[in-house]
Amino acid sequence: MSVIAAPIRAKRVLPGFTLSLGTTLLYLTLIVLIPVAALVLKGAEMGPERFWRIVSSPRAVAAFQITLAAAAIATVFNAVYGVLMAWVLVRYEFPGKRLLDALMDVPFALPTAVAGLSLTALFSANGWFGAALHPAGIPVVYTIWGIALAMAFTSVPFVVRTVQPVLEDMDPALEQAAITLGARPWAVFWRVVCPAILPAWLAGCTTAFARSLGEFGAIVFIAGNLPFQTEIAALLAYIRLEEFDYNGASAIALVLLGFALVLLLTSNLLQFWAARAREGAR
Amino acid sequence: MAISISGLRKRFGQTDVLRGLELEITKGELVALLGPSGSGKTTLLKIIAGLEWPDTGRLEVDGENWLELAAQDRRIGFVFQHYALFPHMSVRDNLAFGLTVRPRAQRPGKAVIAAKVQELLHFLQITHLADRFPGQLSGGQRQRVALGRALAIEPKLLLLDEPFGALDAAIRRDLRRWLRGVHEATGSTTIFVTHDQEEAFELADRVVVMGEGRIEQIGHADTIHDHPASPFVARFMGATVELPVTLQAGRPEAAGLDLQALARRALPDGPATLFVRPEDIRPVPDSAAPWRIESRMSNGAHLRLVLRHATGAEAEADIPRRAVQAEALAPGASVRLRVEAGAIFPAERQGTAATTVSQPILKLESSK
Repeated sequence: MSVIAAPIRAKRVLPGFTLSLGTTLLYLTLIVLIPVAALVLKGAEMGPERFWRIVSSPRAVAAFQITLAAAAIATVFNAVYGVLMAWVLVRYEFPGKRLLDALMDVPFALPTAVAGLSLTALFSANGWFGAALHPAGIPVVYTIWGIALAMAFTSVPFVVRTVQPVLEDMDPALEQAAITLGARPWAVFWRVVCPAILPAWLAGCTTAFARSLGEFGAIVFIAGNLPFQTEIAALLAYIRLEEFDYNGASAIALVLLGFALVLLLTSNLLQFWAARAREGAR
Repeated sequence: MAISISGLRKRFGQTDVLRGLELEITKGELVALLGPSGSGKTTLLKIIAGLEWPDTGRLEVDGENWLELAAQDRRIGFVFQHYALFPHMSVRDNLAFGLTVRPRAQRPGKAVIAAKVQELLHFLQITHLADRFPGQLSGGQRQRVALGRALAIEPKLLLLDEPFGALDAAIRRDLRRWLRGVHEATGSTTIFVTHDQEEAFELADRVVVMGEGRIEQIGHADTIHDHPASPFVARFMGATVELPVTLQAGRPEAAGLDLQALARRALPDGPATLFVRPEDIRPVPDSAAPWRIESRMSNGAHLRLVLRHATGAEAEADIPRRAVQAEALAPGASVRLRVEAGAIFPAERQGTAATTVSQPILKLESSK
């Protein structure tokens, strides 16, 4: 019959696959691929030997170490606090819950420099918290703890916002089933809740870690920026650029890029794993 | 385990979910809690399990006060409506969960647990599924695993919440028979919640009919079917046709109805309501009668007639299509209705007694 001649096509929201894919690719190329490629080319230009000399210089190594250590501290803190926060937001009803939920996004929205300034003001020797901590022998400002604090502040929503939806989707019957089978609250958490949120939690922590590695604005105010002590890698790259040492800046930037890519890959793998685990749950 | 429940009340916010329940269940019994959604049956089950707590009331099991006992210590097997299998554990690990979470002192050895799981897999006839994950199982298979996981802790009491609700009809029937077998094999007291009458009556020793937070009737299938204790049970059991009648010396009467088949009732004279199933109504052609056939539909085996009284009242009748008189029962024909069986309640008791007292609006409606 002639009716069959015209194939029926499913209606799509966006017109034309070619056009929409083309636009996304162009956009991605302009704002992501070209800058990254330029960075890589700049690095390649100097040759492996010079690259290695720059990134293995004592000051650069110290900067990488400080950045990684502070980011690790911040991530450990966020890993615990983020889950707790997500748990409170999902499992309890209390007045002001919606406000608290909205506040969770403040670190995303707040200019990082503002965050850095206010943290410095709070924790400096004459600030509200600093006035108490300093005499107790716990200086925060101009130490690695200050850097970690600023990193934790800007990256905690990553953990909360990845764990929260998974907790929300969790069937309460799972925990009830565990309880009727004799599991104590701790066992319920470790053996039923934890495995369910683990992939999302790991993905959130990875993203938070990546974000911490690249954090700049919030840190420079609180860190003091002493070479070999509180100088982070992003700042060192910035200093090299100021000194018109383009090779030095791009070599350090390339290492940070390398870290970021590895973390991104990890995060994506974890999310893939999470999606597959969820599919299995159905 | 013998269960004794009394004065059980529970409110969720403004809603009374349970309004004072009294229930005794003897050891080894298989009891169904039957009722429409919102009748409180699942809440009752969860209170027995320790997953919900009543506001007031007593719950005693073998003389022990269970309201002082945490769910973990009650040693019940609970099967959830949507199975609630742990998605990240294999079937084997799901079955073993209840044994592996025991405190170290009471936990059986690894080999003992493995043997127990193997035995369960065999008993449930799912040995081939042992290493699969819940996501890879069909509904019926998940149901078996859920039941197996509950049985692993050798519960003294087995509670099932709409155990077959999410399965299709053929699997339901199989699993129903199978559950009956499991109950007989384990000898545990079993309570299950359902909104499906057929399921309740086919499976249970005793059926507890619940409606709006109350127990409306407790009994065996035949009793509940033939002698509903309240208008609620009558309606729920399919007596959807409600006819106004007048009681005189225990006999119901109404123009256009032939009620000779009904037994005499020990009820006071006055207005009453007769609850009848459509299949218990036989329309008989009678040109002088006040009922007319308004429409006629066939589903192949049966004819469904919609009947209209001169005063506007409506009734429905189901008759076998091949019955002789079917030919004469065309739309427009005048008929008298012969009622083969039905339940009669005095008109004041259209709602339940308590509702009528506490809510005057209903009383006004019912006295119309």
